[in-house]
Amino acid sequence: MYGFEMMSFNIKDGFLEGVVRSHRTGMLTVADYNNLSQCETLEDIKLNLTATDYGPYLVNEASPIYTATIVDRCTQKLVNDWNYMRTQADENLAMFMDYCTYGHMIDNVVLIVTGTLHERDVQELLDKCHPLGMFDSIATLAVAQNMRELYRLVLVDTPLAPYFSENLTHEDLDEMNIEIMRNTLYKAYLDDFAAFCQKLGSTTAEIMGDMLAFETDRRALNITLNSIGTELTRDDRKKLYSNFGLLYPHGHNELAMAEDFDQIRSAMEKVPAYSGIFSKLGYGESQMLDKLLYEEEVKKCVDCYEQQFHYGVFYAYMKLREQEIRNIMWVSECVAQDQKGRIADGIVYLF
Amino acid sequence: MSSQNRLVVVPTVTVLTVMKARLIGATKGHALLKKKADALTMRFRQLLKEIIDAKENLGSTMKGSFFAYTEAQYAAGENIKHTIMDNVDTAVVKVRGDLDNVAGVKIPRFESFVLPGETKMDLTGLGRGGQQLQSCRKAYLSAVELLVQLANLQTAFLTLDEALKVTNRRVNALENVVKPKLENTISYIKAELDELEREEFFRLKKVQKNKQKKQMAQMAEDAAAAAAGEKAEAGDLKMPPFNGPQGQQGVQPPTNSSLLNYKEDDLLF
Repeated sequence: MYGFEMMSFNIKDGFLEGVVRSHRTGMLTVADYNNLSQCETLEDIKLNLTATDYGPYLVNEASPIYTATIVDRCTQKLVNDWNYMRTQADENLAMFMDYCTYGHMIDNVVLIVTGTLHERDVQELLDKCHPLGMFDSIATLAVAQNMRELYRLVLVDTPLAPYFSENLTHEDLDEMNIEIMRNTLYKAYLDDFAAFCQKLGSTTAEIMGDMLAFETDRRALNITLNSIGTELTRDDRKKLYSNFGLLYPHGHNELAMAEDFDQIRSAMEKVPAYSGIFSKLGYGESQMLDKLLYEEEVKKCVDCYEQQFHYGVFYAYMKLREQEIRNIMWVSECVAQDQKGRIADGIVYLF
Repeated sequence: MSSQNRLVVVPTVTVLTVMKARLIGATKGHALLKKKADALTMRFRQLLKEIIDAKENLGSTMKGSFFAYTEAQYAAGENIKHTIMDNVDTAVVKVRGDLDNVAGVKIPRFESFVLPGETKMDLTGLGRGGQQLQSCRKAYLSAVELLVQLANLQTAFLTLDEALKVTNRRVNALENVVKPKLENTISYIKAELDELEREEFFRLKKVQKNKQKKQMAQMAEDAAAAAAGEKAEAGDLKMPPFNGPQGQQGVQPPTNSSLLNYKEDDLLF
């Protein structure tokens, strides 16, 4: 059906595509960021943000304002927009939008599980969860006393159940390092998401294939980078890489063997899409890598908007908003901590 | 003035010796305490310098640590702090207490140490932001170390300050109260003894004078008696014969009436 989706796309998803595209104009522009960078206090930032789409969410905040509050309110804006679209969405799009939030859901489940194992208060834990990753039975996660029970009672009813059952044995549930578990789940999720997008076919498959390939490659890169010098073995490391993406499978083998940054670099540079990123990076400057990767992601998301009749814009919208919130957090923190010289290091301009 | 600022003692030679001994003791104690105070002051100044250094350092270190946390949040997501807080069971950095001795003053000393063995935090942020988390961790470790060091210095500073005050008070008390008092007492006793001696001498002289006067009176009496006897004899003759030299002789005290011939207890020769 490739290329023919324009005949039928608008029947079901036309309205929401209009909505999500309209949100694009609400994103902060370079001029907005310049204004924010000029601020001297968090109050100024709030004042500047009230002139944007975040205005209604921030205007009633009481006066001693903190970065956390600003970030919280901005996230609320994203969540509200997202939930509005989600309730309007048709079958396939609804499914797609749910998939987009599974990442947060994994984080929430892991958060609650670790919290429960350390006997923290459930309500307190729920407050800390990301609102996009909420599901109905999340509060009952805390009932379970151990991981096996948790799976049997709660997780089996969530969309995450297959990721647990296919990738983790019962022994794993009890003994596995929570971070490895999180990443195993995430790998399964990305594989599943990619398969789902391929099933949807047409432009969505094309766009999302590209986006998810980048996402998974970035994860592979980060996992490698962060596991250097830890007790994570090469085989374990390799198990955390997803089974697709531009690095799959040869790049993964090389990454699994990599012992330092330069080896990672040589592995990554073999893929033409990433050699550009690394050529911007001087030798030994791994700190800048995050920002470059964020920039690349933003570029891909913005490119999504160039094509019509596909679901990728929803995913792109979520990613862009999250990056925007990260930017706001960065600017606010820099202003609050009097580190204005560093502002430019963290902002990724969206449009 | 001097009568107020001295000990109430009986001015005797024994007490004088005791006072002199006490003065020597006070002087020695003063010298020792002065030395201690000097040592403490030196350490105090040194501590002050270190505290200033540490405080200046702390500002930038804390700033750096907080910014490292911001970087970690930027890279690893807002929720990373909950993951970390839930993964902590025991403290990695601990503080050991100890005692230090400066010139006899016991000063508590704190020492931070990192428990050996890697934590399970190593894999936190594996998916994203792990490196920033590690650098944040390192930044905060150094901040904690600095804080402990500062706490150590501040506590030592306070303790030393207290000790220094007490010592200085003692030094001043010895120098300005005890020693002058003893000195005053000693000079008082000396003055008093001198006075006594003078009195004694005067009394001696007085006694001697009295004795001489008595002697003279006695002699005069004798001489008068002798003269009366001669007169009576001359009255019988009616016409006194020329016995000038005799008469003159008669005025002379008898040769056996010399002072030397008297046995007197009061007189010492």
